[in-house]
Amino acid sequence: MSDVADRVKKIVVEHLGVEEDKVTENASFIDDLGADSLDTVELVMAFEEEFGCEIPDDAAEKILTVKDAIDFIEKANG
Amino acid sequence: MRRVVVTGVGAVTPLASGAQNTWQKLLNSQSGIKSIDTFDVSDIPAKIAGLVPRGVGEGLFNAEDHVSVKDMKKMDDFIVFGVAAADQALADSGWKPETEEDQEATGVLIGSGIGGLPKIAEATELVNGGKTRRVSPFFIPSCLINLVSGQVSIKHGLKGPNHAVVTACSTGAHAVGDASRMIMLGDADVMVAGGAEAAVCRLGMAGFAAARALSTGYNDTPTEASRPWDEGRDGFVMGEGAGCVVLEEYEHAKARGAKIYAEVVGYGMSGDAYHITAPAEDGNGGFRSMRNALRNAGLNPEDVDYVNAHGTSTPLGDEIELGAVKRLFGDHASNMSMSSTKSATGHLLGAAGAIEAVFSILAIHEGVVPPTLNLRNPSEACKGIDLVPLEAKQRKVNVALSNSFGFGGTNASLVFKAI
Repeated sequence: MSDVADRVKKIVVEHLGVEEDKVTENASFIDDLGADSLDTVELVMAFEEEFGCEIPDDAAEKILTVKDAIDFIEKANG
Repeated sequence: MRRVVVTGVGAVTPLASGAQNTWQKLLNSQSGIKSIDTFDVSDIPAKIAGLVPRGVGEGLFNAEDHVSVKDMKKMDDFIVFGVAAADQALADSGWKPETEEDQEATGVLIGSGIGGLPKIAEATELVNGGKTRRVSPFFIPSCLINLVSGQVSIKHGLKGPNHAVVTACSTGAHAVGDASRMIMLGDADVMVAGGAEAAVCRLGMAGFAAARALSTGYNDTPTEASRPWDEGRDGFVMGEGAGCVVLEEYEHAKARGAKIYAEVVGYGMSGDAYHITAPAEDGNGGFRSMRNALRNAGLNPEDVDYVNAHGTSTPLGDEIELGAVKRLFGDHASNMSMSSTKSATGHLLGAAGAIEAVFSILAIHEGVVPPTLNLRNPSEACKGIDLVPLEAKQRKVNVALSNSFGFGGTNASLVFKAI
């Protein structure tokens, strides 16, 4: 697993208060991890902070799963 | 009109977490006021406050007992305190509505004087520092005053009236009074009512200090700073916390065999129409508030055994309240007891009226009146009235009246009676 994936999962665990093993790559923040719309906004802010990148609102709307986040960040920072 | 009784109490105060824990410390003449060590006060003249004792153990406040770590960032401290006091009051009452009908018959009315000042200060720094995108999506709901009522309703599934009061330092009393009327009028059978406050932050301290409202002469001896009616008083001491009661329609409470602390028999309100921060000099607002509460209760001044005064320890306010009490109660003033529990807790602003309602209810229920700490040199005006100096006193209390007066000239008085 990539370093980005580890860090993304750690943030998700901390912010959503979920068990680590539930944070699989295909897990949906809202459907599987109990997030609401405000939680997802905050998650995106936490990703921006952690990875020093900017995630525009239209891109943020498409980040629905753990994998979406990892892919976006790897692309942005790649 | 339907009768309303108190079936549960909860309190998070500078003395302790828990109504009974707080009450025992209050009766033991302990003070919850200490030096502020949680933020910089070097440029603020008032350096002390009544701070909720935090930690794990009996009487200590552990936020995680009431709110998950995940949800903590969605609430400023006043909401966390309010949720905790409501949890305690509901547990004490044994009322746990599970059917749709019971949930719809149970409402929440918890107010705050100021709301999320610490979070407002934090977010303002971000915005002014050009970090607008860092403002949390939870910022607004973490500050809004009615979010105490909102969070309590969500946590416990309470689907009745969901309301909040904002009347500065009268908030807690207005909340209990208004909620009792909602039950009387049939809007709900049970209401969780009270007040919550956590404005002890740099912005809050600076603001009240600028208004010259705070004690500044006892920074080195914090427990002596709040001294209502004492010659040495020099302003109030900020406090934080929350108080809640479970109010219930009498027959509803009886039918489920609930423990009943006291009955809410009177509620009076008035406006000073005088000044934004100072009470009217003749005490007319407080006088009318008490008079209206007794009239509402159908009681005479002679029926009152105990008054929990607003008594904030300000040079002006204490004497004016005392004058109003003497005018209303006349000769009977020498037969009753009156104390200011702010001497031990500090002034919890929007939560004050709620925790003092709890103290008044416990005075009735347990036959003891709490003390006015630090009242060593009463002013001349204190002659002829028992202000319960320094130590609690055993006495039967059939009727208790609790006063709360707020900035803007808003006054509320509650009357409780033994059942």
